[in-house]
Formats: sequence, C-alpha cells, structure tokens
Amino acid sequence: MGEFKVHRVRFFDYMPSGIRALAFNQDTERMAVARMDGSVEVFHCSDRFFQEKIIPGREQCGIEGLSWVGERLFSAGLNGGITEYDLTNQKVKYTIDAYGGPIWTITGNQQGTHLAVGCEDGTVKLFEVNEDQIQFERNLDRQKSRIISLSWHPSGSKIAAGMMDMIQVFNVETGHSIHRMLADRGAGTSRSKECVVWSVVYLSDGTIITGDSVGMVKLWDDQTGTLIKSHNVTKCDVLALSVSQNEDSLVAGTSEGIVVQFQFVSMVLEKDDKEWVRTRTFRNHTHDIRAVAEITTAVVSGGMDAQLVVRPLLDKIEVRSAASALRKIHFPHRRLVSCARKSGLMLFQYPGHLELWRLGESEGKGTPGSSLFVKRNPEKLLQLKVKGEDHIRCSAVSPCGGWIVYSTASTLRLYRLHCDNNNISITKISKLPKVLSSANQLCFSSDSSHLFSASAQSSVHIASLSQSGCKFVGTLKPKSGSHQAIHLLAASEDGKWLASANSDHEVHIYNLQTQKAHCTVPVYSSAVTAMGIHPATNCLFMMHADQQMFEYSIEQKQYTDWSRTVQRKGLHRFWVERDTPCLNVMFNPQNPSHVILHDMYMLCIIDQSLPLPDDKTQFYNQLTLKSLTEEQRKSQSHAFKVCKTFKDILCVELMPDQSLVVVERPLEDIATQLPAPIKQKKFAT
Amino acid sequence: YFILCQSRLIYVCFYLFVYLFSVLGFVLCASGDLVKVYSTRTEEWLHSLQGHTNQVTGITLNPANHLQVYSCSVDGTVKLWDFIDGILIKTFVIGCPLFAIYVSEKHEGVLFLHVSMCFQLVSVHLPKSAEQEVEAKEMSAVSSHISKNPSCTAFGRGVRVHFFFFYFSLKATDKKGAKNAFTCIACHPTDDCIATGHEDGKIRLWRNFIHKKEYTYSTQHWHHNAVNTLCFTPEGTHLLSGGIESVLVQWQYGADNRKEFLPRLGGSILHISASSDGQLFCTSHSDNKITVIESSFKVCGVIQGLVKGDAVLTDLMIDPRSKALVLNGKPGHLQFYSLLRDKHLYNLDIVQQEYIYEAGLDQFEVVKAAFDIKGSWLATVEERGKKSSDLEFFLKLWAFDERTQSFVLNTTITAAHTDRIISMCFSSSEETTMLVTAAEDSQFKAWCQGADDQNFWSCDFVGSYHKLNPTNCSFSADSSLLAVSFQEVITIWSPDTWEMLTTLCQPPGVIRDLCFGRLSCSKYLLGTTTKNLLCCWNLLTCELEWSTSVDVSKLQPDPFSENVAAFSYQSKHTDLFVFKPSEPRPLFTNKNVCSEKVHRAVFVPREEPLNSCDESTQWLNRSQLYFLTQNMDLLTFSTATEEDRMLSSSKQLVIDDSVAVTPFYLLLGKHRQQQQKLNTQSHPVADKPQQPQGSVTIKELLHTPAHVLPAASVLCSMFVNSFLISNTGVQQDPLRYFVHINIFLFKVKTLVNFPKLMKYELLYL
Repeated sequence: MGEFKVHRVRFFDYMPSGIRALAFNQDTERMAVARMDGSVEVFHCSDRFFQEKIIPGREQCGIEGLSWVGERLFSAGLNGGITEYDLTNQKVKYTIDAYGGPIWTITGNQQGTHLAVGCEDGTVKLFEVNEDQIQFERNLDRQKSRIISLSWHPSGSKIAAGMMDMIQVFNVETGHSIHRMLADRGAGTSRSKECVVWSVVYLSDGTIITGDSVGMVKLWDDQTGTLIKSHNVTKCDVLALSVSQNEDSLVAGTSEGIVVQFQFVSMVLEKDDKEWVRTRTFRNHTHDIRAVAEITTAVVSGGMDAQLVVRPLLDKIEVRSAASALRKIHFPHRRLVSCARKSGLMLFQYPGHLELWRLGESEGKGTPGSSLFVKRNPEKLLQLKVKGEDHIRCSAVSPCGGWIVYSTASTLRLYRLHCDNNNISITKISKLPKVLSSANQLCFSSDSSHLFSASAQSSVHIASLSQSGCKFVGTLKPKSGSHQAIHLLAASEDGKWLASANSDHEVHIYNLQTQKAHCTVPVYSSAVTAMGIHPATNCLFMMHADQQMFEYSIEQKQYTDWSRTVQRKGLHRFWVERDTPCLNVMFNPQNPSHVILHDMYMLCIIDQSLPLPDDKTQFYNQLTLKSLTEEQRKSQSHAFKVCKTFKDILCVELMPDQSLVVVERPLEDIATQLPAPIKQKKFAT
Repeated sequence: YFILCQSRLIYVCFYLFVYLFSVLGFVLCASGDLVKVYSTRTEEWLHSLQGHTNQVTGITLNPANHLQVYSCSVDGTVKLWDFIDGILIKTFVIGCPLFAIYVSEKHEGVLFLHVSMCFQLVSVHLPKSAEQEVEAKEMSAVSSHISKNPSCTAFGRGVRVHFFFFYFSLKATDKKGAKNAFTCIACHPTDDCIATGHEDGKIRLWRNFIHKKEYTYSTQHWHHNAVNTLCFTPEGTHLLSGGIESVLVQWQYGADNRKEFLPRLGGSILHISASSDGQLFCTSHSDNKITVIESSFKVCGVIQGLVKGDAVLTDLMIDPRSKALVLNGKPGHLQFYSLLRDKHLYNLDIVQQEYIYEAGLDQFEVVKAAFDIKGSWLATVEERGKKSSDLEFFLKLWAFDERTQSFVLNTTITAAHTDRIISMCFSSSEETTMLVTAAEDSQFKAWCQGADDQNFWSCDFVGSYHKLNPTNCSFSADSSLLAVSFQEVITIWSPDTWEMLTTLCQPPGVIRDLCFGRLSCSKYLLGTTTKNLLCCWNLLTCELEWSTSVDVSKLQPDPFSENVAAFSYQSKHTDLFVFKPSEPRPLFTNKNVCSEKVHRAVFVPREEPLNSCDESTQWLNRSQLYFLTQNMDLLTFSTATEEDRMLSSSKQLVIDDSVAVTPFYLLLGKHRQQQQKLNTQSHPVADKPQQPQGSVTIKELLHTPAHVLPAASVLCSMFVNSFLISNTGVQQDPLRYFVHINIFLFKVKTLVNFPKLMKYELLYL
C-alpha cells in the first residue's frame, strides 16, 4: 500500500472551549451551541450533527443564553448586550444594550413575537422582535435579586423566572407577579448559602419545573403556587433542564456530569393519571453540564468538558442506524491547521493567535511501526497575536511558505514571511485591496501566486501576490443559488480550477483563467465536509457528512464512472457507520489512483483501482491480508485501507517527500488541562 | 417394646423461604421438610407443619382464607395447612417435583407452580373434593424457561394483564463487562412498576412495560454484588432489597435517592418478606437466621438456628458447663448451641474484628478451640493467610467469668509457634490446667497459668523429637501421661517432669488420630494411621495389643464410658464402629451411615441416662453421638422411643365425609371408629402404634375446656381403653436402622416439652 514516514505532531495545544448554552430549533432541526469563549456554532441535527456554521467569539464576550426566534438566533451575555447573528454570512448582525446590567438568560416565546431577558438588576425585560431589529417594550415588575432563568408558558401569557431562593411567575400582560414560590435551601452547612434556581421550565399544563443549586428538581403548580413533588437528583447543583416537544420527557444536567431523565408516565397502565418519574441516567460527561436539550430522538448535552454529547433515545427511534448512535463531538468540523507543503511549515490556528512551526527531521529508515531517531527537533518559528478583540475565523499559509493570511470578523491581514536559515521576519502587507476586508474562508493557489478569499454572497475574491504586494484581480460569483457563506475552498494543482462549497451544500466550480463560473455540482442532501481536486485528472473528490463520497470530473461536467460505481454498489456498513466527518482529501502524486482521507479516529487510503467491498467482505482486513500469500492477497484486497494507529486526529497532510504529517490532540491531554471536576466518592476507592 | 436406632439430621435448618403474618404474630419458614412456625413476639418456635417427605420449596398464604397456607415440596405435593393449630387440611398430589408456588387473588382455586420439566410454570386447578388427599391433574402451562429461584417470579397487580414475566431482554453481559443478568423481581402492589435486581447489584424499576418500545426504566445502584431479593412494602411506599452485604436497604419509592440502611444483619440476605399490614419485615439469612424488623427499621427479633458457616474448622465440642455444642458459627465467632432445646444460645466473638461480607477476602477464622475439663478455660486459635504464604495466627485463652456467665479474654499469644498449630489439648486433671499445642514447626509447647496473681498464661515447656513435625497430641484420662505423635512415632511424656517416657512405633504410616482409653480401659492408647491401620497399644507393657486394617477418618472416645466410635470411609460410604479398646469385637456396627466422609464427631452427655439393656443401643445410654458430614449435615443417633415421642406431637386432621369437623368429632368420632375396629378385630390396627394415639386423646382431653366436654362417665371408659395395648402381633425387626439422608431439619427430641406424655410414659412402664 505504500510506506510513509509519519510526523506525529502533538505540539498543537488546541483547547476546545466549554459549552455554555444550547438552543434547538425544531423546524429547521438546527442546534445552536454557545461556548465559553463567545463563539456560536450551528449543528445540523439530521445531517449527522455536522457543524455547519461557526461564528467566532470575541474577547470578554461571555454568552449566557441563546434563543431561536423563528430562524433568527439571539444571544445575551454578561456584557449586558443582546446580539443577533447573521447566519447567512456567519457573523454578528448587531448588538444592543439591554441597560439592565449583566444578562443571565434570554428566551423567546413560542409565538416568535417577544424576547424576554433576565438581568442582574432584577428586571425581566421584554423585547419585541421586529422585521430586522428588536425593540425594547417594557419591564416586568422589578425584583430584588437577579433573574437567573426564565421560561415562557407556551401560550405566551405567563413567564416563570428563577431567582435566588425563589421562583416568580409573571403575567406578561399586566407585568405583575402572580406567584412567588420559595425554594428551600440545603440542609446543614449549606443553609447559609442561597439556593440558586439555575433553570426553570414552564409546561403547558401549568406545571413549573425548576432545577436548583441544592440538587433538587421540583415540580410546582402555577394555579396554587405550591410544590407538587421534589426529586433529589444530586448532592450538587442541577444546572440545566430541558423538556421534550410533547412534554412527556424532561432531562436535567447536573454539575456531577450526569444527565437524569424524567418521564411523564402513567403509574397504572392504561389509565390517565400520569406522574413525573425519574427514569434513566446518562453518564457521559466528566465535568459540569451547563446545557441540555432534548431533541426529537436524542438528548444533547454540553458542559465544561467542551464535548457535545448526543445520546440517542432508543424508544423514539424507528430504525437503529449509524445516524442514531451515541455521538461525542470534541473537535470543530473545520481545519485548524494549514500546511506549507513545499517548505515544511505548519500554521496552527488558536482563537486569539497563530503559531507557525517548522517540522522536524528524522534520520534513516526503520521497520514499519518503529519510531525513528529525530535528527532535528520541530521548531516554533512564530507566534502571531491578533490585533483587536475578535477571534480568528480562518487562516492559511501559502504552499511555498512565504505568505500567511488570517481573517477575523472585521479584518483580514496578510503577511509576507522571510525565512533565511534561522532568521525569521514577517512584514505586514499594508495596502490590501478594499474587497479583502474580511473572509469566511481563505486559500492559496498551489503556486502561491494567488490568494482566494471567500466573502459575502458566496463570492470569491482573487488577489494576486507578488513581491511588491497584493493586487485585486477579480471576483468569482456563482451563477445563481444561495448566498450562504462558503466554508470550503479547493484550488487545483495546475491553477486552472477553483471549487467552493457553501453551507447550502452547493459546490461551484470556477475557471480561473476566464474567471467565470464553470459549472455547479448537482446538490446532494448532505453537507460537504472535505474536498480536493485531483492533480492529474482534475476530478473533484468530495466527502459528505453522511460519509458518502463523490468524484466529479470538472472537464466533463459529470460524475466519474468510479463515483457512479460507488453509488450503485453502496459503501460498506462500517464505513457509513463512522461518526466523525472526513476533514481532508489528499492525493498521492506517486500513485494517482490513491485518495487519502482522514477523520478524527482514522486515516484511510482509497485505491480506486481495486474493487469495492460489499457488506459481506471483511472491511478492516489489513491483518488478514498480512497473513496471506501474494496471490490470495489480490483476491481479498479491496479499495479501503484503514489505519487506526493514530487517535484524536486534527489534521493529516501528505508532504511532497511522501511523508505524512499527522496532527494529534489526545483527549487525555485536553482532560488534564480542564479545571478539576467536582470530587465524587467512588466505590472501592 | 423395643428400641430402634435412628440417625437423624439436625444440621442445616435452612430457612429457605419466609412468610410473615404480623397480625397474627407468626413467621413461617420452610426449613428442610418442615414448615416451622415461630412467634414474632417471643421469637420462640411454636410448632412445625410436618408432613412433606422432601424439601419444602415454597409457602404461600391461601388467598381465600388467611388462616391457611399452601406449601409445596420437591416430593410433588402441595399441602394446605391450618398453620395456627398446625393441622394438615388437604394434600394435593401433583406428581412431579415442585420448586415454587404462587397464588393470585384474581384466580381463585388456581395455583401456579414451578415444575421440574424445563422450569415450566404451570397453573393447576384445585379440584373441589372433600377427600384429604386429592390428585390435581388439571394443569396448563403458563410459561417455560423460568429460573427456578423463587425470587425470579412475582405477581403483578393485574387488571387485565394478570401477571408479567420477563420478556425484556437485557444482554446478560454487555461489551463493557456489565453483568446484567436478572436475579430477582418484585411487583409494586398498586402501581404498574416492576423492580428487578441484577447480578452487578443494580436495581431497575420498569414502567410502561406493556409497550414494546416505549418501556422505560430507572437504575439504582447501591449493592456491590448481586441483589438476592426484592420486596415492596404492602403500601408500596418502599422497596426493600438485600444481598450478600447483609445490609437491608430500604428505598423510598418515587424518591430514589433516599434510602435507609440496616447493616450487620448476619449472613447474606436470601429472602425478605413483609407482613400484610406493613408493620413488620423479616429477612432470612444464609447463616440460618431470621431477623424480624419493625417498620421503623429496627431489629426487634432474631430467630437463630444452628449457624451454618462455610466450613466447620474446629472440632465439635461440648461446653462442660452448659452442655452446649460449640463449633464455628458466624465468621470469627464460636457458637454455643443447646442441643436439648434446639436453640442457639450465643455467639462468642473470638476474632473481635469486623467481618467484611465479600468474596475473596482473606479474613481471620477460628480454626481450633478446646475446653478444659471443668469448662473454666477455653483456648482458641485463629488464623488467616491460608492461601498466601504469610500465615498469621493467634492463640487466645479465655477464662469463664462467673459474674457475667461468659468467657472473657485472658491471654493473647501472638507468636505461640513459628508455624501453624496442628493440635491442641487441655490436660484433663482437676487440679492444674495445662494446655499443650503442637505445631508444624516440629515443636510442641506446654502452657501454664502464671503462679503469681497475674494469672496469665505462659510457656512452660518446649518439646521436640528428632525435628519431626508433630501430628497430634492427647492427654490420658488422669492427665498423668501426654502422648504426642511425631509423624510415625508416638512419644509418651510425663507432664510432671517433662521426661519422655517411651516411644511407640508401629510402622508404616503417619499417625492421624490419637486417643487414650477411658475408665477401665485407660491403659490403652489408640491411634490411627494414614496407612489404614487402627492400633491399640497397652501402655503397661508398651506393646501393641491389637491392630486392625480399617481406614478410620475420625476416632472419637466417649468421655463417659469406655466406648470409642470410629468412622471409616470406604467406597463412597461411611461406616460406624463402636468398640471398647479392651475388646476386639465391636459393640455396634452401622454400615452406610452416610455417603460422605465424617471428620467431626462428638459424644453429648444425656441429661438423664437411658437404661436400655439392648446390646446394640447400650452405648447410647449415657451419651449421644453427633457427627458432621462433609455436606455439613449434623446427624445423630436416637432410639425408637425418642422417635415415637416426636411423632406423637404431630397432629393430623382426619375428616370423615359425612360428619362436620368439630372438636367433639375429633375427640369422640375418632375413638368410636377405633373402638369399632378393635371390637370387630377384622383387621388389626397395626400400622400405627397405639401409644401416640392414646397420647392424643389425653392431650385433647386436657386441652378441651371442661364445659364442652362430654360427661365424665362417657370419657372414663374411653380413657382407660386408650391405655390398653392392642395385640397386633406384628413384630418389628429390632435391628432396623433408619438413616435419613438429605432431609433437612429437625427438632431435638426431648421429654421436657411433653410433660403429660411423660407421665403417661411412666404409667406405661
């Protein structure tokens, strides 16, 4: 299959940020995730939880709450502002100040007319949602303590607010409080500590469910304002609650890292008197769970350990399949590493800075599987801090290693990199064309002579690079279609073609010589996660979130025969059941039939000259093949060669000298850098 | 009038299944072939429901009459009892071994039984007939492949769906190595909620289970090992669970985090039962114990049988003061068990450390114990580390404290020997007490009490012989000689001067057992070797008197007579020989006493000596022989008279078809029938001995209130008649030995319980 020298890179200290809030949009099946660093991500729940959109955060921008109003997404944070996001262009649309101090919670009503925010100063502020803005309407009765959590009654006429030591129910029309319910403090020493009502849920039948810092999930009746039932879930805090759409199931996330499910079941079969009963317990987190959401078929939870866990509810699933498996999302579905193939440089993208490393060198040869002697250690050449408060959205290093470019929401910066032996210097290119003010995705041409910058309206700007500077060349616009932001760009090796993929799953191909749109690949139902143009045949190879693969001949404007064969025969069950998307497509120049792919857990080489496996053949057959003779091997081998030696892969690159760069970020390393979890007594320790 | 010898089982009163009636104040438990009835208030044994011929496997209340219970047994019958009076009402013959019984209030006249064929659960319609023994053949299968453990089936509340069996399939073991296999099940009395216990200690509460997919469950985990039993309280507010940890856990239904514990109950909990009014719970334990617990979660009573440990490592001993049987009991304890009253007296904590109920832990065990002749000293050896190389052991000496009437620790010797103690005995003289220990470090040591006021024990003498490992030691009856066997050599020492008097040697074979003769035979020394030899030396001539080739596994001298009992194991059965050392012919031989090897035996002195003159039972006059098999069954020999007395205590309800059953009928009708039979003499009443019949009459006469009795003139003739022995003419073989094997339980027979019978007995003689 070929022998590769592998650089196992473990010096990319990427730290995912903890998850602070979740918001699920039932109609579009999108899950919005807010992280501690202020970034907001949108996952497509029915497309294998592909991370469609990433809106990078800012310094000092702690998001506390997220809310969908129709297809519009709002967030509010401790800086006191309410932010609406432009999801098409993946950026912040506007931020307005609520003038109530830090905001702890934001929630929209089901009718989509109003937003309510809970502020530090004890007010619940109502905002009217207009066509393109939101407008402050009025305050509800001001309370003495801060408003921690809010929940609308589905009718929109009442609001329940969780506060310190109590729960208030407001009539929205009058703005007055209807009920005041006191939450008990913990027993013993915690009696002096306030009971924080972290989360509140208002059901249509008038039941109010609260989760508090004493560890109780309490059910209240809003008619009488009395406690119906309380469940002691944990010794520490219940931080998040979420109820299912049909209000028969409730999940509670605790700071011990467990999710507890409650179900509304009839105690006597075939009778209607139902009760909330604690049922299942899910333990998938190690740290505090800050947000849970019960979606149609699964429970989604996220917390301090920065992983998004999708736990399927098997009783709601019709057919068990790979799409309904337990899923843990650790890493972003974007590339954070770019590689200057010709000069052996790696550019690592952190939220607030970039790091440029030169790869080390090793000596001699070894047997397969052995580690080689390191002749020259890898070297950190450069650390580039971002100017301003915005976090980096995308970055790239040119293949020759002479250019570095990055973009935030507001600026784009291009640097010329001079590298003579041990002296590294960079110069900022000062006069950039005006169109290059911000980019959604950046890419260099393979000869490093041009920079492609994906911009608003799905357009791509081309700038030519030379010693003197950067000159705007032209703009590529799709013939028609959506204006969603581009998240992937791929330039061909011969500099003739450029492919762009946007979050509406469209892939446009442009002819760079004529600077015109060449064609559009037929739109597939699943998002493109990685693509590449074959250097020899100029075929575009695309990987999708549902693990399907397509090969499209640019010149003939049609799918290749191999791609049609793949679609006709279908892919192997084991391939389709993998739960992380492929993040890179590479080609081996020495063996044109080889396509190299990787996801978080494996590295795969697809040999297009070999037959495809069907469901009966052994998929992971490397070990079996090893034991066979040369002739038998031929009959047994199939197109997929999977290597699982590496774990927690962020990026794989093939260098021109046939060596592979594998950037790993072991999850254990991430776990050690997380804050210590709540100490729990474990049996027999 | 003759005497039969019978060996009966007394060990393993295994409380399998408990049923509790707190309103009436009774606890019923299946125990061997009996159902025992205890009082919850006094914890006293009231009576037994006797009638099954094999192990009783289930008891359940008759839903139609709460004063009656059904019991099922491996002998293939279901019996209906009046448990307050202990009367058998009906027997239903099913015909195949039964393993569990369930009833449902919704199904009147139907029993659900576990039968042996592929663990099928069948429902049996009980035929309505007045006969006492009915064959119930109307069976219909309900479900198959159900575990025969009675904890594994439970009845639901049932509106339309009447009972649920487990069709939820949890993989027995999943990928992560979790052990999900079901171990027990309980149904909530009012809600549709099923609780299941699992092998890994989890408890799952299932709801919505009639839906194929939308069933749901919650998991609770406290037990670290398999959950043995589950029980909902009758109100359904709590769930009780128990396992090997011997902690009763009370879970609050609906608020699953709240739980209460009742720890240190004894052996692992096998079964939990709650009384129908919810006032009392009771748990049965693996160490043969029933604990009665109030609903406020306090233990209010303990019914303790002979504690059944994993192994009896000590010899069987008799406490010379209380005449109680002493052996290993609770882990780390010695138990004192009164054989006369069939009652556990107390446990003496030897190890004095908390015992952890978990498999695989190496914990201290009492391995040796010995009493001195007066019962004022007790020596014990506890050790641990049998499996590993680092052996730890302590020799402890306990003095009897007259004031507290119990043993108090006097001396602990940490390094008595450098290796394991093999044998230990007290000198038998009245004046000075001396303890001799022989250990694997090829030494034997004599221990004496210090002369000064600090009466602690210290080493007096260390003896050895050619660096051979000692195998046994024994004092002569008058303590003038000490015999210590070193492998193949027996050395005789004088304890006064510690001079080795002589050596006896009878090659080949390592000496296994050693004992001196008693009374008139005290000049003899008996020994057994591994090469299947039983030797007898004459100590006056220091010569071998006789030897015989027999594989003796246990040699037990009777301290009250010259007799010596020898158990020999040959070709899968054990034979018993009782002989006098002076006579080569055995007094008594019993082939095939039991099928296992016998390693422990003891002679228990009788309270009142029998004066039997039959040669074969003479040896039982002054003492009784108890022995323990490898199966941990404790057996004894009893005579026919004792047996008869026992049988007479059981009552039976005989129902005539035409006559209503009244106390009058029982009293008069039966005797009228008997009189008729006697008068006609057509067929002699030979089956039943007259004696018990008569005693029943007298008992009933004395128990019936005077104002309901017939006139004295009517009774008089009957009363006298009952004393007459019918001339049946049938002679029973005097040497018929009944050996009951594998019948669990028993009760100790004593005359004390039946004072009226005793009077009658005297008359009879």
